Amino acid sequence: MDTGDAAWVMVSAALVLFMTPGLALFYGGMDRTKNVLNMLMMNFWCLLIVPVVWVVVGYSLSGQNPADFDNKFLGSLDFIGLKGMGIGGEDGGALLITMVFLGMFAVITPALISGAVADRMKFSAWAIFVPVWLLLVFVPVFKWVYGGWLGSRGSQDFAGGTAIHVNAGIAALAMVLVIGKRKGWPQEGHPPHNMPMVMLGTGILWFGWFGFNAGSALGASGTAIQAFLNTFVAAAAAGLAWAVTEKLRDGHFTNLGAASGIVAGLVAITPGAGFVSGMSPLYIGLIAGVVCCFAVGLKTKFGYDDALDVVGVHMVGGLVGSLLIGFFSSPDYFGTENKAGLFEGGGLGLLGEQALANGATLIYSFVVTTLIALALKHTIGIRVDDETEQNGLDLAEHAETAYHGTN
Amino acid sequence: MKLITTIIKPFKLDDVKAALKDAGVQGITVTEVQGFGRQAGHTEVYRGTEYTIDFVPKVKLEVLADDADADRIIGVIVETARTGKIGDGKVWVTDAGHIVRIRTGELDSDAI
Repeated sequence: MDTGDAAWVMVSAALVLFMTPGLALFYGGMDRTKNVLNMLMMNFWCLLIVPVVWVVVGYSLSGQNPADFDNKFLGSLDFIGLKGMGIGGEDGGALLITMVFLGMFAVITPALISGAVADRMKFSAWAIFVPVWLLLVFVPVFKWVYGGWLGSRGSQDFAGGTAIHVNAGIAALAMVLVIGKRKGWPQEGHPPHNMPMVMLGTGILWFGWFGFNAGSALGASGTAIQAFLNTFVAAAAAGLAWAVTEKLRDGHFTNLGAASGIVAGLVAITPGAGFVSGMSPLYIGLIAGVVCCFAVGLKTKFGYDDALDVVGVHMVGGLVGSLLIGFFSSPDYFGTENKAGLFEGGGLGLLGEQALANGATLIYSFVVTTLIALALKHTIGIRVDDETEQNGLDLAEHAETAYHGTN
Repeated sequence: MKLITTIIKPFKLDDVKAALKDAGVQGITVTEVQGFGRQAGHTEVYRGTEYTIDFVPKVKLEVLADDADADRIIGVIVETARTGKIGDGKVWVTDAGHIVRIRTGELDSDAI
């Protein structure tokens, strides 16, 4: 492996790792004082359990080792415990650092779901849900999109729009349908308890997302530079679009609108980060900002309590970005193995593949996540009791309090 | 002796404190409180959803005074804390039957 490539992938992996604490703060600030530590711990649990599951069995099953490239649905058990992988071979450790980099994505994907189930999920149920969901949902979908049957057909997903954001977003919907609404929602408000924390988390997410997207070039290449630029532009455009939409609709530029727009833009540019150029990231960001701003209102309309808008931001943002590849993908710039979008001289072919890949992901993830949630509900239970929900999960589930008044 | 209790707008606290010092008051107790009166609460909008915040933050001030000084002190508070807009607060007076200064054991007027 080229030393520059190796250096960039290692730095990118660290950047992606940083996103999970960033997400924890982003969600934690939006949560209430009595549940903020539970939210942080749900995210940090992913940082504890997923790396372990990933090196032991997850990576092997995800089929990202070249020896498994012919498999179309799942990897193999050949690389359990990273068997046969080391720094001694010809690649000088390239496979190992790629494995670590992908492991960071495996950490943050289930973490995304935590925002939907905030304030009411038993921590013991979450502790089991994360590794089970990782192996039964994340790993197969990841394989299908990257080197599996969906990818082979010609759908494109540069850094995880379909495999990560749409996948986690629809899983969040499945979870809240099983777990039910928070007490009092939507009659009682649950406004954010700490907006500065949300803004700090947003900054960390944006910073880390340069590793997420530009690192997905798996080298310090021109494609990485374009993905870096796209991550810069799309996030700003989407933040601007969301903030302006709220100003026109509700009368104010809000911090939460700016933060939500930035994250929606980052989600939307993820699938196309290495496939679009020129002003395309600007258009993708603007569209995602406006669409997601309205999409977060769907939960009250349809009555599903997606507490912190994982569906509206990640599923919808992921779908928007992934489908827009069908319009904006520019193979002249990135190589002819990628298809052209409608606006770049291609036909409807790519758009069709994008729709199919996302449709398959939506169906599979929704069905299997629902089954996992139902299994938890009918065994150890998935929801805390009324008293715990009323008093807050921090004290009951973790024996900790985020903010002590005096002392 | 009287206990003068007043609820005022938080941004008026510094002015009222200074005015009371100028009027010879030697000590006050301040508490951050919240509640509602005719001003009621306000709404906040997060991601397009309106939240009604029923309780408005206010500051509660307590002053102990001799009977002879009470009306003058109330006048100082009312004059200083007034903005003329809704939510300026209230002042009320109760009898303080017995006062002890903990350090010296002085009683009543001597303890103010």
